[in-house]
Amino acid sequence: MAELLDKSKQDSSADSQEQKFGLKSLILHLHPRRVPQAALELTHTWGLGGMAALLVAIQFVTGLLLRFVYAPFPGKAFDSIIMLQNEVLFGQFVRNIHHWSAIFLLTVTFLHLLRVFFTGAFHRPRQFNWIIGCSLLFTVIASNFTGYLLPWDQLAYWAITVSTGMLEYLPVAGAQLREAVLGGPEVGAATLLIFYNLHTSILPLILLLLMLLHFWRIRKARGVIIPQKSANEANDYVAVYPNLIVKELVVALVLLAALLTLSAIFNAPLQAKANPYFSPNPAKAPWYFQGFQELLLHFHPLFAVLVIPFAAIVAMLAIPYLRYDAEPTGIWFISGRGRKMGLISAAIALVFTPLAILVDEYIISPSAALAAFPGYIIKGVIPLSFLLFFIAALYYLAKKKFAATRNEAVQTVFIFILTGFLILTATSVGFRWEGMRLAWPW
Amino acid sequence: MSTSPRKQNNREKPLNRRNFLKKTWAALGILAGLEFTGAGIAFLWSNKEKTPAGDRSKLLSVGAVSDFALNSVTPFRPGRLYICRLEDGGFLAISLKCSHLGCSVSWDASSGKFVCPCHSSSFDKLGNVLSPPAPRALDIFPVFIQNGEVLVNTGKPVKRQRFIKSQAVYA
Ligand code: HEM
Ligand code: FES
Repeated sequence: MAELLDKSKQDSSADSQEQKFGLKSLILHLHPRRVPQAALELTHTWGLGGMAALLVAIQFVTGLLLRFVYAPFPGKAFDSIIMLQNEVLFGQFVRNIHHWSAIFLLTVTFLHLLRVFFTGAFHRPRQFNWIIGCSLLFTVIASNFTGYLLPWDQLAYWAITVSTGMLEYLPVAGAQLREAVLGGPEVGAATLLIFYNLHTSILPLILLLLMLLHFWRIRKARGVIIPQKSANEANDYVAVYPNLIVKELVVALVLLAALLTLSAIFNAPLQAKANPYFSPNPAKAPWYFQGFQELLLHFHPLFAVLVIPFAAIVAMLAIPYLRYDAEPTGIWFISGRGRKMGLISAAIALVFTPLAILVDEYIISPSAALAAFPGYIIKGVIPLSFLLFFIAALYYLAKKKFAATRNEAVQTVFIFILTGFLILTATSVGFRWEGMRLAWPW
Repeated sequence: MSTSPRKQNNREKPLNRRNFLKKTWAALGILAGLEFTGAGIAFLWSNKEKTPAGDRSKLLSVGAVSDFALNSVTPFRPGRLYICRLEDGGFLAISLKCSHLGCSVSWDASSGKFVCPCHSSSFDKLGNVLSPPAPRALDIFPVFIQNGEVLVNTGKPVKRQRFIKSQAVYA
């Protein structure tokens, strides 16, 4: 009892102090006054959304600093980074933070999306917020991509060349689209200016607006999804301060400590200055696009660059609008059955994807028969039909064999595709070396 | 709850003065929005107009006809191209941009091939694909020969599937 009294005293004194600066009221403004106890469990959300918000703030602060030194012109960009690293106090450190935080941000945003999916937090009334969330992910990817070019070293130059080269395979207006993105026939001064402008003003602005919308929708949905079990038991509500706020601060500090440590130890990479006459071997897209680059090695470009990514994006946006037959439980992986099917599905993908890569690499692609048929059949329609059949079989199996709800069956398919995509990315990042041939990373 | 029937009523009201003004404002607002959008697009477009595909022509002199031995491949860096002189004296200006994803190919004299370091496509002396993933031959640039001088229009790459005789230019 005495303890409690003590605490409330502390609270009120902190209250009056912070009220002066309006800091607390700002933070509290983003939160409701009281939140359900169940929403506070760390393992429920892992604090991923909050982490992403913090990382965005870090990108803004470090990015604004970098802007004081960086010069967005081919003749100057690389030298300005060298200057930044060698002559500006903490220049290298600030660059490192911006670099690692960008990678953290993309990773955390993606994990946040997975959390939302697997706890079923995309159902009504949160449907539209899923769409906003996807847009946030795309904006973060675009930020990373445009930032990648700015150092103007070999890594930057050729990664952007290779990734925008994929656009040229789009039918009808692919080449024109690439020229519009680059502002010319190849990566050059116009490209750098366009990317710089997108990276340091347009995308940050979009990101900010989307985040506001995102937070507003969370408030409208009365906070995060609550596990059903505890929703049935009369839910305990507790004051947001200190219960949630303190937890958020702890997560933030741990993340910050990890980020700063990493940045103190590992420098952001910088290769030789960009040289349009000499490509490095191998030239890879940025890591988050390497899943698509790997796809391009196995599928006809029309499918690798257009059909499959387009279908994936549509499917992703459609997730909350499919018709489901069960209420969301708010529990990770829906249920014990959902978890079990998910594991099986992941295991199948874990075996099937590398197998498919190997079969294509060593049997289908080198075979002479390929030349006799149009590429879009052998490397397009046929493998895609095969994949779709596989997915349909998986769905059917889940529904019939496991008597799954539609929620669980959709989750099973999602896990299959997700695992496959992760393996494609890992293959390209870790197992493709000189001439993009398969080899062990050691 | 109690307000909703009223709202409904409001919506069904015929065009009166108040409604008319509201609609006019909305229309004007949309118009203003469109104007700004239009101006914005025009702004971005005009920057492109200065270098439309057709106007990019840039004639570069790469040397005299006699500078190039028969059956030779010579890099010409400023134009990002190779000058290939055929055995019969014909000229080809081959782009060094790989037809796969745009890396720069290099001429490997010992094997007599263009090789791309990025994903190991290779091409013969005429730019034909020897090994994928490159889907088609290397682009060429139009060549003109005037008074014994070899000129290349580096602004106009020409896509092609494979080499055909008519692509070569003779003095
Ligand atoms: C969504 C947030 C952002 C992400 C994901 C992001 C990502 C990146 C990445 C990946 C790089 C390449 C640097 C490297 O890793 O070597 C970069 C560079 C840069 N960014 Fe950002 N950025 C973000 C926000 C900002 C903001 C808000 C600004 C400024 C207003 C900014 C200014 C810069 C500058 C000047 C560089 C070039 C310096 C360098 O390469 O180290 N960034 N960014
Ligand atoms: S860019 Fe030349 S092989 Fe890929």
